[in-house]
Amino acid sequence: MLEVENIHTYYGLSHILFDVSLSVPAGQIVCLLGRNGAGKSTTMRSIMGLTPPRRGTIKFKGEPISGKKPYQLARQGIGYVPDDRRVFADLTVGDNLEISERKAEGDVTWTKDSVYEFFPALRHIDSRKAGFLSGGEQQMLTVARALMTNPDFLLLDEPTEGLAPMIIETLEERIGKLRDKGLTVFLAEQNQKVALGLSDQGYIIDNGVIRYHGSIEDLRENEEVRKKYLLV
Amino acid sequence: MDTGQTFTVAALGSQFLVGLSRAMILFIVSSGMSFVLGVLRVPNVAHGSLYMIGAFAAFSISTLFGGGATGFWLALILAPLVVALVSLIAERSLFCYLYEREHLMLLLFTFALMLILGDLVKMVWGADYRSIMAPELLRGSVNIFDSPFPRYNLFLLIIGPLVGIGLWLFSNKTKVGKIARAAAVDREMVGAIGINVSWVFAFAFVLGCFLAGLGGALVSPTISVTIGMDHDIVIEAFLIVTIGGLGNMWGALVGSLIFGLTQSFGVLFWPQFAIVFPYIAVVIVLTWRPRGMLKSVW
Repeated sequence: MLEVENIHTYYGLSHILFDVSLSVPAGQIVCLLGRNGAGKSTTMRSIMGLTPPRRGTIKFKGEPISGKKPYQLARQGIGYVPDDRRVFADLTVGDNLEISERKAEGDVTWTKDSVYEFFPALRHIDSRKAGFLSGGEQQMLTVARALMTNPDFLLLDEPTEGLAPMIIETLEERIGKLRDKGLTVFLAEQNQKVALGLSDQGYIIDNGVIRYHGSIEDLRENEEVRKKYLLV
Repeated sequence: MDTGQTFTVAALGSQFLVGLSRAMILFIVSSGMSFVLGVLRVPNVAHGSLYMIGAFAAFSISTLFGGGATGFWLALILAPLVVALVSLIAERSLFCYLYEREHLMLLLFTFALMLILGDLVKMVWGADYRSIMAPELLRGSVNIFDSPFPRYNLFLLIIGPLVGIGLWLFSNKTKVGKIARAAAVDREMVGAIGINVSWVFAFAFVLGCFLAGLGGALVSPTISVTIGMDHDIVIEAFLIVTIGGLGNMWGALVGSLIFGLTQSFGVLFWPQFAIVFPYIAVVIVLTWRPRGMLKSVW
């Protein structure tokens, strides 16, 4: 589904990602683990075209997508859930979803109604302004909003950050459900428990370099590597 | 201080209406500027020029159709569309290439546009004074508070709220309007849900300029249309959106009311210094609330 090959990404003069390569096969959840500031969000932003890499190539569904604008990528089927939530605070929950709606070509089509079925908690707050929601509700809304664009591939940037354990559990279960529905997910996480529980494969990034790649079973067992790169 | 007038309730009342109708023109123009400011995050310095083009276009269109009532109504509809077209051309051919650049470039562009449009108006219409007659229906005056009140001002008092309601409906009830409000707060995220922000900006810019043109067309029967009319209005509109709250439509309304009413009451109380009053009001408002009366989108 997604192939990232040797990308280098900068913020102005600072070199953030060094020669990052990874791949996300269709139908899987692949996680990207790393500490704060390791380069997880930058990897997500590079893929989405928000901070385009200066070198390297990114392929989506076999086609190179370097240089494409975020809106074009969204239309090609990439859904983006940013780490800082960024709901449209002035708009109601319903309006947040409505403006994101994009008809799909495939057979799975998300509508406002099916999104509300998927996140029942949102239905009750349809007319509330997104800025007044709790952290968990906002996070559900950003995922719901991304689903409204009817993606085949979802970029989830730290969806559990700063949420209560109960809400994390709900989200975790919902993300797993998305894979069952045929979505491919690339998940950036600091929460190892969530990532290891959900994913099929894992990458570890540290200081802008990919340090480890393996199946999730290998990663679960390899405590040494997790200690080395993920312990604060 | 010689006022030469007794402040009867009637005088106050009619001056209130005069201020109110002036505020309607100011609201229409400044709500357009505020809209562009809110979505594109750039103060459109050429906004006054587009207002001026609106007035000149209204003159030409009404003259073309014989200067009668038909000419006037057609001018009122077509002149803002002419302005919208001018702004669309400027936006798609030049302005849209600057969105990725730093902010100053956008500001400089609108400044350049102001100079270019100012000269274009001079080339097309010359430096003469032009005037437009309002149709029979809107001429003369009616008695309100025992003093004559121009019918045309009453007309403005109807149009102003209609424009306000229209804008409110647009930004709260239409998808484009909601997208524009979302883009005002987080344009990157709007792009990430698959919306081409460039077109949202184009739309917002053209709509804002349309309102400038509408203001120009509406004001044309009440003043003499001439070059230079762009400068006053752009300064007034800037101040209004600043005291109202940047990018806030209701703020533009509040600011316009403050500006229009202080101006008209200033005329009543101290005619020689009437022009100063709105500016004093601006200073007071900004000292009290530096970010404007209502919530700014910035």
